[in-house]
Amino acid sequence: MAPTNSPVARNVSLGERLLFEKSAPGKRGMELPPLDVPSVDVAHALGAENARDGVDGFPEVSEIEVIRHFTRLSTWNYAIDLGMYPLGSCTMKYNPRVNEFVARLEGLATEHPLQPAELSQGCLRILRTLELFLLEVTGMDAITLQPCAGAQGEYAGIAMIRAYLASRGNPRKKVLVPDSAHGTNPATAVTAGYEVRNIRSDSTGRIDIGHLAECVDEDVAALMVTNPNTLGIFERDIAEAAELLHARGALLYMDGANMNALAGVARPGDFGVDVMHMNLHKTFSTPHGGGGPGAGPVAVEKRLEPFLPTPVLVEKPDGRLGWDRNRPKSIGRLRAFYGNFGVLVRALAYALAYGPGMVEATRDAVLNANYIRKKLEGVYDLPYEQPCMHEVVFSDARQKKHGVNTMDIAKRLIDYGFHPYTTAFPLIVPGALMIEPTESESREELDRFVEAMRSIAAEAAENPELVKSAPHSARIGRLDEVGAARKPVLRWKPQ
Amino acid sequence: MYPANYKYSQEHEWVTLEGQTATIGITDYAQHSLGDVVFVELPKLGAKFSAGQTIGTVESVKAVSEIYSPVSLEVTEVNTALANTPEKINQDPHGAAWLVKGRATNPGELAKLMDAKAYEAYVAEKEKEAGA
Amino acid sequence: MRYLPKSDAERRAILDELGLASINELFASIPEACRLGRPLAVPGPLSEKEIIDYFRARAAENAAGYTSFLGAGVYNHFRSVVADALLQRGEFLTSYTPYQAEISQGTLQAIFEFQTLMCQLTGQEVANASMYDGSTAAAEAAMMTVRLTGRRRLVISRALNPEYRQVVDTYASDLGLEVVETGFDAKTGQTDLAAAQAATDDTTAAVIVQSPNFLGALEPVAQFAEAAHGRGALLVVAIAEAVSLGAVRAPAEADIVAMEAQSLGLAPSFGGPFAGVIATREKFVRQMPGRLAGQATDGEGRRGFVLTLATREQHIRREKATSNICTNQALCALAVTMHLALLGKEGLREMAAQNLAKARYAVAECEKLPGVRRAFSAPFFNEVTLEFPRAVRLINHELERERIIGPLPLGPFFPEQTKRGLLCLTEMHSRQDVERLVAATRRALESLGVGAREAVSSPAER
Repeated sequence: MAPTNSPVARNVSLGERLLFEKSAPGKRGMELPPLDVPSVDVAHALGAENARDGVDGFPEVSEIEVIRHFTRLSTWNYAIDLGMYPLGSCTMKYNPRVNEFVARLEGLATEHPLQPAELSQGCLRILRTLELFLLEVTGMDAITLQPCAGAQGEYAGIAMIRAYLASRGNPRKKVLVPDSAHGTNPATAVTAGYEVRNIRSDSTGRIDIGHLAECVDEDVAALMVTNPNTLGIFERDIAEAAELLHARGALLYMDGANMNALAGVARPGDFGVDVMHMNLHKTFSTPHGGGGPGAGPVAVEKRLEPFLPTPVLVEKPDGRLGWDRNRPKSIGRLRAFYGNFGVLVRALAYALAYGPGMVEATRDAVLNANYIRKKLEGVYDLPYEQPCMHEVVFSDARQKKHGVNTMDIAKRLIDYGFHPYTTAFPLIVPGALMIEPTESESREELDRFVEAMRSIAAEAAENPELVKSAPHSARIGRLDEVGAARKPVLRWKPQ
Repeated sequence: MYPANYKYSQEHEWVTLEGQTATIGITDYAQHSLGDVVFVELPKLGAKFSAGQTIGTVESVKAVSEIYSPVSLEVTEVNTALANTPEKINQDPHGAAWLVKGRATNPGELAKLMDAKAYEAYVAEKEKEAGA
Repeated sequence: MRYLPKSDAERRAILDELGLASINELFASIPEACRLGRPLAVPGPLSEKEIIDYFRARAAENAAGYTSFLGAGVYNHFRSVVADALLQRGEFLTSYTPYQAEISQGTLQAIFEFQTLMCQLTGQEVANASMYDGSTAAAEAAMMTVRLTGRRRLVISRALNPEYRQVVDTYASDLGLEVVETGFDAKTGQTDLAAAQAATDDTTAAVIVQSPNFLGALEPVAQFAEAAHGRGALLVVAIAEAVSLGAVRAPAEADIVAMEAQSLGLAPSFGGPFAGVIATREKFVRQMPGRLAGQATDGEGRRGFVLTLATREQHIRREKATSNICTNQALCALAVTMHLALLGKEGLREMAAQNLAKARYAVAECEKLPGVRRAFSAPFFNEVTLEFPRAVRLINHELERERIIGPLPLGPFFPEQTKRGLLCLTEMHSRQDVERLVAATRRALESLGVGAREAVSSPAER
């Protein structure tokens, strides 16, 4: 039997088993008040054919066991609260605690989405205030907060482009995507019914504007561009790209995943962007929570406003807020109700904390990335030499000579007390090390990271095996992903 | 390394013809660049494909690779053993891990494919590019 | 600014190292014409106290202090403070998607537990690590049936939550799928089986029903499965009130269950964030969207967990992915896992039984009112459609004066049903809450001209 499945281990947290393995009949972790109305027989009330006598296999554990179980599990996670989390393109910044507090307030967390609008003015005002804040940051004209995450925001944005073009007679066939793009971009375009055509990057890491010009024809609906791009480089020719597209009746979509490099400095609405989404769990600090929930508002230029998802928040002449559901040109509804309200509350709390000072966060994020770039230049290969913005991309070209690749270096970082950076992305950099420090790192933390990276580079040259077999200090070694995928075990079953 | 009686496509499939029956698999180069294979998706019996069409996919943990039919064919047999033992593709890509058999509907197409020698040169070129 | 850990002197020192005279030089790569060149015109900055004051003021503009009888896809159930205290541990709250398995075992093991719990609840073989919500889970399930069958027609019950229906429509219209709506039986409130059967043909990918449905009626899932399978189509069962599964038989005959897990430990939160679930048969797992955690072992044979079957997802397949979904609702799924761990087998059974009892008590009390009766005869869980002698909208207006949010008027969703409302009871409602509702409704009806002795037409006579 494998040691982790044993109740005895060197450290209590090493041996924490599954909930189901801790279960014993008759234990419980929650009790309800006694029933104050006549009880009913389930089989009688529902019909014997519909009734169920409890859920087979459900855990039976006490309150203290639940507390210990999840507390022990939590100690196996790395987190921003523990240290720098330099995942490029993920923007792992500090998640302020007051945001958590206000999202849980009685009167916000407790509100039902179908209660009358007259009794929801506080919730609606929060949404409206956030809308206006985001419109000012992006320089766009109209917005929806409904999408649950960036990917759904992208989908909404492309669907709006499709609806807009269709309303003018032809939805067109193709969406152009640079080869440096996030994987969600092409996936989104296909989900919305478009063919994808890749656009090359030039030697500076930017969109090859000549190649773009060749590709834009009457079949092109839009270009999806991330700006700054995934190399952390600002697309200098963005306004020109917008003109190229607009001249042929196509639109410019911006993936706002990297908006944290622009907030308060430059606005997509001012450089020709027609539609964009933002990731509030990136730029606006809502917690990643181990993979969600997020929120992916989409902001649009005026002519796309009629196509926003339904319903649309409107301010009435008397100053009251309400929902406009009569939207004949809308792309429809993306999810039930109005979006991830609890996430939107957190984002507004963050936005209000900074106010116009949000530009300071942007500056510090760019400052930190450039500091790391400077400190590691010469230690790691820099495939694109343009100045970076909020993130910097190195490659493992130097370490490869010793048989050490980016994944090995990333895993070795774990032993130094850091979360790995993003590996193997963007695709146009073989063996990429994509590092995004965010504004949340002090100089001390940045220096610790730089030292760790330098030390790993030295190890890669002197003792490559040490790096290749990392991590050595984690709770568990490298797991057999191949075996897991060949014979998937996706749930616990009783022996 | 590469059997002399097989023909090879630029997409790294091999094909061999016995009478009218074509047998198709992926090459050693393909399995090597894909890494440990964890899943194979194969076509239905009786399905018809023309040369160059996707007949299935081979997956590793982090990559998916499409299998293109090097010749036009009507599927008569698929290697069902691979469903439970996809690792065979890594172990014996040119033999036990054949993927699909079928009736070659246009056997003349084989002439357009590479022979073993040409394919070896083609692969050597690819490896040089990757190393550069 | 308290969130920024640098002094101006430190910034200056870094700029010096970079050889820059001013911080603006960092932005030199942005053409002048693209720059804003002025401060943002936004409110703030606010201190922590001001932020709390601001949101408290907004909260006071909502329905705090009202007793609500709304359900319809969002349910108010008891949530232990224990789960929320655990959930706020920074190691859960501030961690990323667990791609780096060695330092994400906490999240991964919890996801594995979540997947197991969802399988047990739904009677299915595999479940994913969560989707955005129940409505998107329903849409994703529909698209999954299209991939599995190669067919392009969906038969959807009119008693599926109308907002879920709209979401399915949005995705279906972009893919050019044919959507056929099938009605419900005027007497039982269940989806009309014969009509659904007639609408299902050899091009139909899926029949989609909800149980309990939007009107509160339990659907005969096995019969719908038979009807769908008879034409080679799949059955998708949507579940909006997951607590029902503590008392209602699992929809094991369904090919895919698309569930909203909000009622298992998540706050109503004005409609989100919630956690959707897709559960299905093992043989369909490669066409299932969303993340999955699977068991694995390390070099020393220790058990651990990894994200697996990732080739289905967008970052690998890019334009060929099963869905463009990137995030799941990990923290919400974790909250559900914690809540169910506390509730356990007996707790869930008891909670479900209490919901059944409260709903039946409320129906019995409401039916004592003049002209008020159950609109449909099918068995129900904790939600029921009631027929009133006046428009529900008007009655609710009166109830609001007594700080009660009454049954959800069905008129906006079903134009022929303005006198019907959807009443939801959970274990959170006390007997007194029900008594207040009944007394206030009696007064409302009186003010609307319905007296105790007035002869009221029955629904059949209308």
